[in-house]
Amino acid sequence: MKLLLQGGLIIDPKSGLEKKLDLRIEEGKITEIGSNLIEGESEVLDVRGKIVAPGFIDPHVHLREPGGEANETILTGCQAAAAGGFTTIAAMPNTKPCADNEGIIELVKNRGSRAGLVRVLPIGAISKGREGREIAEIGSLYKAGAVAISDDGNPVTSSEVMRRALEYTKLFGIPVISHSEDISLSAGGSMNEGYWSTVLGLKGIPAQAEEIMVARDILLAELTEGKLHLAHVSTSGSIKLLRFAKEKGIHVTAEATPHHLLLTDEEVKSYSTNTKVNPPLRGEEDVHNLRIAVKEGLVECIATDHAPWCQEEKEQEYSKAPSGISGLETAIPVIWDTLVVKENMSWLEVIERFTVGPACVLNLDRGYLAKGHEADITVIDPNLRKEVKAENFYSKGKNTPLDGRSFQGWPVMTIVGGKVVMQDGKLKG
Amino acid sequence: MGIESKDLLSMEQLDCGQVSLILQTAKEMEKIIRRDIKKVPTLRGKSVVNLFYEPSTRTRTSFELAGKYMSADVININTTASSVVKGESLKDTGKTLEAMGADIVVIRHGMAGAPKMLGSYLKSRVINAGDGFHAHPTQALLDMMTIKENLDGFQGLKVAIIGDILHSRVARSNLKGLTTMGANVWLCGPPTLIPPGLERLGARVTYNMEEALEGADVVIMLRIQLERQKTGFFPSIREYSQLYELDRRRLALARKNCLILHPGPINRGVEISGEVADSIQSYINEQVTHGVAVRMALLYLMLGQKGE
Repeated sequence: MKLLLQGGLIIDPKSGLEKKLDLRIEEGKITEIGSNLIEGESEVLDVRGKIVAPGFIDPHVHLREPGGEANETILTGCQAAAAGGFTTIAAMPNTKPCADNEGIIELVKNRGSRAGLVRVLPIGAISKGREGREIAEIGSLYKAGAVAISDDGNPVTSSEVMRRALEYTKLFGIPVISHSEDISLSAGGSMNEGYWSTVLGLKGIPAQAEEIMVARDILLAELTEGKLHLAHVSTSGSIKLLRFAKEKGIHVTAEATPHHLLLTDEEVKSYSTNTKVNPPLRGEEDVHNLRIAVKEGLVECIATDHAPWCQEEKEQEYSKAPSGISGLETAIPVIWDTLVVKENMSWLEVIERFTVGPACVLNLDRGYLAKGHEADITVIDPNLRKEVKAENFYSKGKNTPLDGRSFQGWPVMTIVGGKVVMQDGKLKG
Repeated sequence: MGIESKDLLSMEQLDCGQVSLILQTAKEMEKIIRRDIKKVPTLRGKSVVNLFYEPSTRTRTSFELAGKYMSADVININTTASSVVKGESLKDTGKTLEAMGADIVVIRHGMAGAPKMLGSYLKSRVINAGDGFHAHPTQALLDMMTIKENLDGFQGLKVAIIGDILHSRVARSNLKGLTTMGANVWLCGPPTLIPPGLERLGARVTYNMEEALEGADVVIMLRIQLERQKTGFFPSIREYSQLYELDRRRLALARKNCLILHPGPINRGVEISGEVADSIQSYINEQVTHGVAVRMALLYLMLGQKGE
C-alpha cells in the first residue's frame, strides 16, 4: 500500500527541514519527500494546513499491565497513545509483578506489538522488586528489550545502589531514569508545600524533596560517568542543578510533563484528586522556570508520565487517593497551547522536544523523517481548537484535571510503520 | 436570609454579614439552652446525621444536642462500628445516608477536603465539623461568639492563637473568621509547627510567646497533640511547656481581663496551667455552651427556614 501525504508543512527538527512538501510512504517506509509528487497509485491524504512531523515519542508512561488492568491495559494504553498522536511510548516497570525480570519485559513488548498500534518500549527496574536494595539483572533486561532502567515511583534511597546502577549500565549504554524524591521529606505529603498547602490543610511536599535527590544523582552521574535521565523535573531548584550539571559536562538529561508546564498548586483548591500527582503541581515561579528550561532545550524532552487510574481509585479522600494524571490524550494540545500559542516557542523546537529529545535520551534511531526510514509520523493541526472530553478518552484513566478546558493544536493523524492508526482523533482499523 | 451555599465547609464561604447573622441567631438560641424546658419544634421532621471518622466528644455531642433541642431526629454514626470498617468508601456511606433521608450530614474527618468531596456527591446539605488540618468552621464561630459576647465586637482586637498552628484546623478557621471581622490575629508556635504563607492570609507570625501575648485581648491556646513529639516537631513535652505554656506569669503580659479560650480537650500543665484554665479569665466552659448555640443557629439557618 502506498500513501501520499499531500500539501502539509513538513517539519523535521533533526535535519532542520521546514517546508511545504509531499511525503510518500511505501511498504511502511518513507520513500519520497518532495514537492508536487505525482499521485500515481498512492492513496492521497490531504494534509494542507497541517504539520507533518516525525512520530512523537513519549519516554514515560504507565500501562499498568500486568497487575493493574482495572486502570489500564497495554491495549488501552496504546490506543490512548495513538489517539494522542504518539507513535512510540516507553513503559515504566512499576507493574505487578514489576519489570525486574526478562519475563515481564517480554510480556510488555509482545502485548505491545500484539496491540498493533504504537511501538511499546519497556523500561526495566533498577533493583530487584524495585526495593532499592540489590540491582536487578540489568543485562538480561537489556537483552530482552529494555531501553532504560528505573524504579519509577520508588526513589532509590541508597546512594550506593544508585551509584552501582549508573556504573553497571555503562556496559549497555542505557540510561538510568531517576524518580527524584527524598521520601523522608515527602512522606505523607499530597501536594506542594507552600501557601496553598497551608490554606487547604494538606501535608506539603517541599521542592527540596525533589532537589536533594536531583543533586545527589547528578553527583553520582559525575562520579560514575553513567547516563542519568531525570524524570518529571518540576522545580526551579532542579532546573538550576540541571544547568550546573550540564555546564560541568555531566551526562544528564531531563524531561518535563505537560501538567507541570501548565498548572500550579493553586489548582488543588478544588480538592479534586485529579490534581494529585507526584511530583506535585508546583508554584508559579517553578512553572515559569520550567517553561524557560524547555524552551531553551535545557530540558530536552516532554514526557506525559501518563498515570491512568480508574474512577474508584481517584474517588477517595485527597490524601488517600493515588497520584497521577492520565496524560497521553492531552499532551500535544496542552504543550502546543502553552508553549506555542502563549509563549511563542517555534513549531520546530516544540516538535524537537517530542521527537529528537526523547530519542536521544533513550538512544533510539527514531524521531526524524528520512527517505528509507520507517514511516512513523504525527500530523498536527496547529489551528484546531477543541475541548478536552475525558469521557471520550481511549485510556481507562479518565483522571485529568483538564476536562472541559479548551486547547489549540491537536494531533489529527498518527501513522506507525506506514499504517494510519488514528485520524481526526478516532482510531482506525 | 440563610446560608446560601448548600454546604458549610469553611470560613472562606462566609462574609461579614453572614457571620453576624449566625452569631446573632446563636444568641437567640442560647436563650433556649438556658430555659428549663429546652425544646422548640423548629426542626420537627428533619433529620441530622453525625458522621464522625475521628473521635470527638464536644463537637459531636453539641451537634446532637443542638438538633435535639430543636426537635430534629439526630443519629450518630460511629465509623469504627459501621460498614466503614468493612471498607465502604466515603461516597457510598454518604449515598446510603442520603437514601435514608438525611437532611444534613455533619462530618468530622481526618483528611482535609473530605467534607467537600462528600458534599459534591450528595443532595443533602453538609456541615464540616473538622477536616484534617483544613477547617473547623463551627469551632471558629463559637470562639467568635464567645469573643463577641464578652468584648462587644472584633474591630482592632489583638487575638493571639498559640501552639501547633501547622496541624490546626481551629487556627486556620479562626484566622479567616476573625480577620474577616476586623480583628488582628497573631499566630505563635515553635518554627517546626508554623506552616508557610500565613502572612499572606493576613496573620502576624511570631515564635516568641511573650510577643504574641503582649497586650492581647484574647488568647486562644491550642491543644498540643502528644504524638507530634514522636515525629520530631519538638524534643519533649517538658521543653514545649517551658516555651509555650500559658501560666500566670506569662498571662500578665496580656491586657488585663484578657479572655482565655481553648478548643479542648486541654492538657493541663502542658499548653495551659491548671491555675489559668480554672481562673475567672478562662472562658473554656462558656465556649462549650456557645458551641451548642452556634450549631443550633446553623441547623436552623440551613434547615429551618426554607419551605417552612
